[in-house]
Amino acid sequence: MNTYYLPSHEYARIDGNIAYIGISEYAAKQLGNVVYVDMPEADTDVEAGEDFGAIESVKAASDLFSPVSGAIIEVNELLLDNPRLVSEDPMTNWIIKVEMSNPDELNDLLTPEAYAELCAKE
Amino acid sequence: MNSQLYDKLIFEYSKPGRQGFSLPKRECLDCLDSIPQALRRQKTLNLPEVDEPTVVRHYTNQSTNNFGVDTGFYPLGSCTMKYNPKINEAVAADTTIASLHPAQPTDTVQGALELYWRLQRALCSIGGMAEFTLNPFAGAHGELTGLMVIRAYHASRDDNGRQVVIVPDSAHGTNPASAAVAGLQVRQVNSMPDGTVDLDDLRSKLDDSVAAVMLTNPNTIGMFERNIPVIAEMVHAAGALLYYDGANLNPLLGVARPGDMGFDVMHINLHKTFSTPHGGGGPGAGPVGVRSGLEDFLPNPRVVKNNDGTFGISYPDSSLGRISGWLGNYTVLVKALAYILSLGKENIRMVGPLATLNANYVMESLRDLYLLPVDGPCKHEFVFDGLRDKSQGVTTLHVAKRLLDYGFHAPTIYFPLLFHESLMIEPTETETLETLDRFIKVMRDIAHEASEQPELIKQAPLTTPVRHPDDTEAALHPKVTFDEL
Repeated sequence: MNTYYLPSHEYARIDGNIAYIGISEYAAKQLGNVVYVDMPEADTDVEAGEDFGAIESVKAASDLFSPVSGAIIEVNELLLDNPRLVSEDPMTNWIIKVEMSNPDELNDLLTPEAYAELCAKE
Repeated sequence: MNSQLYDKLIFEYSKPGRQGFSLPKRECLDCLDSIPQALRRQKTLNLPEVDEPTVVRHYTNQSTNNFGVDTGFYPLGSCTMKYNPKINEAVAADTTIASLHPAQPTDTVQGALELYWRLQRALCSIGGMAEFTLNPFAGAHGELTGLMVIRAYHASRDDNGRQVVIVPDSAHGTNPASAAVAGLQVRQVNSMPDGTVDLDDLRSKLDDSVAAVMLTNPNTIGMFERNIPVIAEMVHAAGALLYYDGANLNPLLGVARPGDMGFDVMHINLHKTFSTPHGGGGPGAGPVGVRSGLEDFLPNPRVVKNNDGTFGISYPDSSLGRISGWLGNYTVLVKALAYILSLGKENIRMVGPLATLNANYVMESLRDLYLLPVDGPCKHEFVFDGLRDKSQGVTTLHVAKRLLDYGFHAPTIYFPLLFHESLMIEPTETETLETLDRFIKVMRDIAHEASEQPELIKQAPLTTPVRHPDDTEAALHPKVTFDEL
């Protein structure tokens, strides 16, 4: 599965036409323990670059931006009771699952290499 | 020290049947019957049963666990924790002030109204504004009021498409929150590497949907926004208003005025710049000032000076309405006026320069051991990006916790979000050279400990009554009553 990133530290892990969206390892490390994930309703649409929720840790609160456009077909309900999962393993514990309406948008995102370079600079 | 031996909760002292009071027999049993069954408490209240000496010792010992500006140095960045002079309290507690009722006829409270009016005049002169309302109850309430003034202004010109408030990415969280509460949308403008506003980014985000731009000056990392005349011109050319967040007014006191920089609306945190207590020490106050032309929109009620020299309360129709029941947190206003009059025009000019000098002294004395991400003289506060030596894994959080062992309140940490290891220090003008030197020595000692004994510092605090609360668990599953324990 290919993974793409936004400079604002969200990833999109691609499986066919489905994008699993969460926050990067780097972002999870910077945030510290996550205490709340504000998630949208399933069966709503999201635009690339649009905020779809927010994440709150003991250190900070940040908006979450979607790397891709499409329909949110599922939100990760495990995070409702156990938001710490994001801190423990952000790549496995995605936040929303999006059925992409325009996979060409992936070309506008950062590759893992480009994203690693960005993090090194921060 | 005793407070550490008395470390129980009051409930843990409870013994069935023990009590420290004797109440008269209840005479009104019938009135209980008149309360509908559904509204009566079904379970008995779980109150601690404790004798009077235990109660007194418990709370007296608890009170010695407080940390405040009266007990120690409190360099909490962006909060301006200056000393609160006791003369303020004496004046505000005077019965001729403290026993007034807000609904008294105005001819019986002429002196109180004059105090309000004189503080308005003083703040106008300090801020370079035409008029002030003192009604808002806190800084964030002031922000909301200021944005409501701005909305009322645009609405008065039938310019109702302006729904956006621009805030810098380094802004205090209250700015976007106030905008949202005022029913406006937030648009973020980027900062330059030195923390000042990115003018090109601002230009690209200004259009006819923008109601206001909110800024602090100096900004959140203590740097003066030198481009402010250019920014004001850009904002006004776009038809928007420029809002001054008074959080960082202290270093400007007596030196520069937001009104002269082109700001249209501002709020002032009296509990920061004007020495009234913060938080638990007393309620806040967030007066809002406006430039000439915006006075009509200020909230009601208003204090006015009549032509015959008497003072009255007015409720003009042009107002945005009420944002408070009466005239604000009145005794807090009295304390702020007492502070202004104690210093006088001559000495209040010294506040900004001394606060700036103290901050620069601490910054220069520590920058060889702590990483200074933005160089150049700061104003009232500055931000380190953690220790220079990060090789031992000692973070800003560890440094902050270790400071508690030395009897200092921790600085603000992990804010602003521009840096990963922000440690934000604001000493204020009210500290002596000796206090600053002691703080500098401790910060230097901690930096050395971080390199030489990293495991020790990661255990800190070692001496406080509560050492390592699980803040994640506390945020996730707060237990707020004894029954939940």
